[in-house]
Amino acid sequence: MKKIETIIKPFKLDDVKDALNKIGVSGMTISEVKGFGRQRGHKEIYRGAEYQTDFIPKVKIDVVVDSDLADKVVSTITEVANTGSVGDGKIFVLPVEGAYRIRTGESGKDAI
Amino acid sequence: MKLKAFALLILAILMSVPFALAADPEPTVLTNKDAIDLVQTHANYLWTLVAACLVFFMQAGFALVEAGFTRAKSSINIMMKNLMDFSIGSIAFWAIGFGLMFGASSTGWFGTSGFFLSDFKPDGDQWVLAFWMFQVVFAATAATIVSGAMAERTKFTGYLLYSIFVSALIYPIFGSWAWGSLLDGSGWLEGFGFIDFAGSTVVHSVGGWAALAGAIVLGPRIGKYTKDGKVKPIMGHNIPLAALGVFILWLGWFGFNPGSTTTADTSIAMIFVNTNLAAAAGAILAMIASWAKFGKPEVGMSLNGALAGLVAITAGCANVLPGSAIIIGAVAGVLVVFSVLFFDKIKVDDPVGAVSVHGVNGAWGTLAAGIFNIGGTSASIIGVQLLGIAACFIWTFPVAFIMFKLIDKAIGLRVSPEEELEGLDLAEHGGIAYPDFGVSTHGGISSIGGTPSSGAPGYSPSAKPVTQS
Repeated sequence: MKKIETIIKPFKLDDVKDALNKIGVSGMTISEVKGFGRQRGHKEIYRGAEYQTDFIPKVKIDVVVDSDLADKVVSTITEVANTGSVGDGKIFVLPVEGAYRIRTGESGKDAI
Repeated sequence: MKLKAFALLILAILMSVPFALAADPEPTVLTNKDAIDLVQTHANYLWTLVAACLVFFMQAGFALVEAGFTRAKSSINIMMKNLMDFSIGSIAFWAIGFGLMFGASSTGWFGTSGFFLSDFKPDGDQWVLAFWMFQVVFAATAATIVSGAMAERTKFTGYLLYSIFVSALIYPIFGSWAWGSLLDGSGWLEGFGFIDFAGSTVVHSVGGWAALAGAIVLGPRIGKYTKDGKVKPIMGHNIPLAALGVFILWLGWFGFNPGSTTTADTSIAMIFVNTNLAAAAGAILAMIASWAKFGKPEVGMSLNGALAGLVAITAGCANVLPGSAIIIGAVAGVLVVFSVLFFDKIKVDDPVGAVSVHGVNGAWGTLAAGIFNIGGTSASIIGVQLLGIAACFIWTFPVAFIMFKLIDKAIGLRVSPEEELEGLDLAEHGGIAYPDFGVSTHGGISSIGGTPSSGAPGYSPSAKPVTQS
């Protein structure tokens, strides 16, 4: 099993969710985060004082899938979340040691 | 049997008709005049007390402006300070302040009667009650102005002590100089013809200069100014709340200014119009000034502009023309922007711009009331206005400064750095204003434009996992 962590622009969330559902990803967890990569922040002003916001709102999606599906998930997200402008985000793939369903006690592939 | 009873009833009613008609005596010119005067008196009571409700509601406006322009971690403290400066102020003004301000005054410097509302007798003239009610909400307005300038770092107990002194002493004594004769007193300043119809100086400058004293004695919030004099913005946590507060204040001012006639007559119409036009002009010009200076129309400055216009028209609202009100408000809008920048430059940290809105524009408004006086202006009229402006500063600022210093020596005025960084809500009140929301800027101080900071926080809400499955 693989865990795929994705950071995307917030307005892309619905598109990514729908696309992942279509390819058979049945569940996901999202968090509202802030961050920056090469897309730095921008200058703003508050009551006459200038300041820099570095951290930009993003959405982080966590999915755990069967290893066979991982590549398809990556390519789907890459295609759907792409806008071409800086700040589109990143995808990380991590190995998963174990997965369990709390309600039934199932483990492994039956749990995801 | 029923028919008999019914017939008797009809007979009784018919027989009482001549008695009913005979009950009213013939009206005369004199009894008519008394009756008409009574209606006017009742209307005066009604208008004065309705206006007092509007001015009371300004307390909500102040609370929301202060909360909106400061960080969430001190919101409970803001609410407590506003709740208490009104509540404690009410009692202090009832006990001592009202008498000092409106009591009989042989010297012209302070009143000496009417403490504890002793002039009120249940079967006597009720006007003293209506007048007290109207005046107490004015006193509370002056008192609460200071809360904003001292936000996010003031010890709660220190602020409670301040609330007593401002409502019992500082505000009423100056007030007696300008307004004492509105009831039983007489002030030396009003004797010179000082014009301050609704209190640009009496209320707003008193509040503003006391706020200045408090902000200076306290010192700036941690992280607000760098060693090389740069200003780091500490962002307000809820701009819509601040804007709502400004609208509520604007509404309340329709009681503040026209209500100061304490009379239900047609003169209130021009006062309403002047009040509105000045606020509008102030908002527009402040927006334009911020746009020109910073490249974008800035909301904090624009909101302050509306308030500045309102403060500035308060002195002259009854003796200037609507066209003049626009000019007065416009100047106030520009003035407040540069004043906010000035106080930041001299490192007086005023989180909501209270000193600039109320102190500086209270002075401008008082001067403007002389300049734009409908009956014409003169050197002596302007001279008296300047005298009043100066007298207010000379009384209020040193007295407030000494008071804050004494409070600081006695119990401490400022919280510890740890308490300030943790947030006053937790430290002083043991609570969190928004327990269900992850609103935090993790320090709440933004890095200065151009240099992304390595360790210092940006604007980042705590990440809350939202699960869909």
